[in-house]
Amino acid sequence: MAISFDNALGIHPQAMGVRVQRAEIIANNLANSDTPGFKARDIDFKAVLNAESDRLSSVGLDKTDDKHLDGLLSPDQGLKFRNPHQPAIDGNTVETQVENSEYMQNAMQYQATFQFLNSKFKGLTGAIKGE
Amino acid sequence: MSLGNVFDIAGTGMMAQSIRLNTTASNIANAETVSSSIDETYRARHPVFSQIHKDEMGYKFEGVDVNEDIGNGVHVMGVVESDAPLEARYNPEHPMADEEGYVYYPNVNVVEEMANMISASRSYQTNVDIMNTAKTMMQQILTLGK
Repeated sequence: MAISFDNALGIHPQAMGVRVQRAEIIANNLANSDTPGFKARDIDFKAVLNAESDRLSSVGLDKTDDKHLDGLLSPDQGLKFRNPHQPAIDGNTVETQVENSEYMQNAMQYQATFQFLNSKFKGLTGAIKGE
Repeated sequence: MSLGNVFDIAGTGMMAQSIRLNTTASNIANAETVSSSIDETYRARHPVFSQIHKDEMGYKFEGVDVNEDIGNGVHVMGVVESDAPLEARYNPEHPMADEEGYVYYPNVNVVEEMANMISASRSYQTNVDIMNTAKTMMQQILTLGK
């Protein structure tokens, strides 16, 4: 009986991928905190998660060939602009404190996902060793 | 897509902010550099920031799709000199005075430059924090399954 990693690990590998991507987006927002006209963006985690769980529960209808890869983000559930509380005169909508707290929160959620994933692997190792 | 991109993005941010800090240092250092003609007088310099898009550096030359491209940091498009009027002071005893007795002072606004300096240093710190957090996340992933 082969172990199916897709079934064993559940949504967590995908969730981790999205966390990493979100870290990238927020890092980009913060790097551009002084760029005139720059609009802060973010992804809607809930929408991405729902799409992923739909994809996992379906039988992978998107793929018509074994070599097809599935991207993490598709454009329709992709990036959204953030609504600023106090936009700058130069058109920049990055609010450093908001982005920073989102980044930290994302890092914590990443850690949570990591814990889940790690314990899944520990469970599998335990099962293999017969502990 | 990987955590390595976060390092690149934060790196571009630090690079841009350090250029900004350099221009500020140059402006403040030259705030009192007088000259005897308008053309030779030092003018305040400011960097112009703009966003880097992924495809700018990559293989694609088509337009950038803002919905899919999450950006790749910031870069300095160039450094521009300020158009603000220079300050002419009447001081015939000054060794640099022209025939009419005027010396020209740069259009550096020291208060503005100090504000710029603080803003640049704060933004630099933010980018360093981003990098540190990304480093922790990366180290963590290496311990997966242990």
